[in-house]
Amino acid sequence: MEHGSAEDDSASTFSFTDEDHTLANTLRFSLNQDPRVTFCGYSIPHPSQPRVNIRVQTTGDPANEILKDSCQDLLMICQHARKTFEQVVQDFKNKQALEAMNMEQ
Amino acid sequence: MEKGSVWDLPDVPEGQLPPHIQLQRTRVHCNSDAPTHTENVQYSGAYSSLGVDNSLQLEQFRKNFRVDVIRLEKEEMEFDMVGIDPSLANAFRRILIAELPTMAIEKVLIANNTSVVQDEVLSHRLGLIPINADPRLFDYKSENDDPKENNTIVFKLHVRCERGSPRITVKSDELKWLPNGSEFSLETSAANSTSKPKTYTSFHTSQETLHDFSKKPIAPCHPDIILAKLGPGQEIELEAHAVKGMGKTHAKWSPVATAWYRMLPEVVLLKEVEDERAEKLVKTCPVNVFDIEDVGKGKKRAVVARPRGCTLCRECIREDEFKQDIALRRVKDHFIFTIESTGALPPEVLFTEAVKILEDKCERVITELS
Repeated sequence: MEHGSAEDDSASTFSFTDEDHTLANTLRFSLNQDPRVTFCGYSIPHPSQPRVNIRVQTTGDPANEILKDSCQDLLMICQHARKTFEQVVQDFKNKQALEAMNMEQ
Repeated sequence: MEKGSVWDLPDVPEGQLPPHIQLQRTRVHCNSDAPTHTENVQYSGAYSSLGVDNSLQLEQFRKNFRVDVIRLEKEEMEFDMVGIDPSLANAFRRILIAELPTMAIEKVLIANNTSVVQDEVLSHRLGLIPINADPRLFDYKSENDDPKENNTIVFKLHVRCERGSPRITVKSDELKWLPNGSEFSLETSAANSTSKPKTYTSFHTSQETLHDFSKKPIAPCHPDIILAKLGPGQEIELEAHAVKGMGKTHAKWSPVATAWYRMLPEVVLLKEVEDERAEKLVKTCPVNVFDIEDVGKGKKRAVVARPRGCTLCRECIREDEFKQDIALRRVKDHFIFTIESTGALPPEVLFTEAVKILEDKCERVITELS
């Protein structure tokens, strides 16, 4: 859900239900690294409500486009991290298997 | 220091940070009183006056990101994750603990319990048993769903200690999997005796025919968890229904015993520490970070041999003697990640699943905004 003004779409607050620091803090990280963002931050209005608000203010571009781009960046980072991890684990397992075989001989 | 004009100073090189700022950016400095430079500079324009771009560059990330497996066992793994922001490392950790689903016992139907362990205490103990079933093969069961073969696992426990025999310890291997569902019949169905009696579950097929459960039967991960002790004449008869859930609802659904990370400690000798001082330095460190190296001619020198073992107890810089010689730091983007699985899934699978969950969250936001 997005709360912004009708005339100016360069500043908005986005409200996500069923999300917490896990997503909000990572999003804040990638938003802050975007040069088009002048301000961003998040808050959890009440700890017993499963809701988080993310504020995005930009230099002029629409805030929701920038949030979308940030999500896209995070997605790419995650995919790269996962692929690298899977590759390294596979290599490690192969190495272990090879060592076990050498021990038997 | 000699006084001179500022204009005579050499130019700050463009496009890279001066070494001391680079050090402050990438390391936490652990001084004897308190750590400094603990913050992470995230703002893209933080170094624009120095001609350095701090914005997110995926190419740069891909080049720098690295994973090294240190230890990989059946239920535990340790690996280094280098070149990633702490917000992401923390997101992975949080997801591992609270948002990865597993199967755990949620409902216990007690037919008879004459043991000294109360029903609710026994039920709680049953709930905490890790169950060796892949949660990805099951669906979530909501409040008004019927318990079916795709969302419920049923176990039976029936132990009796005969009169005159010694006491019995009931362990988790007494939990027997019922692939056909509950065996307790509902009382209301007694009138309709022609059809099969209705039970507490409505399975259409046996779970044994699904996936490859026949080859790998569902059971508790560990056969030797003590559940209760029975004296002569005491008996427990119950049925336990396990469903899929997440750690944020109750810790029994958490797939990890724990998952944590720490930043890589860095110990640097700023000056040479030699001879008797070297011996003294080696002795002050309680975790043996330093070693002594022979440099010939009877001279000895201290070297940092095992910086990974440093707990940053700061014992070496507590006294004034070595304060100027040693720098204790932590590398801000190097995480030593440890995952202890409870046994349902191996730790390496847990991590990839956790990353996938974060990807799903991002995708959900993207679709919601478009």
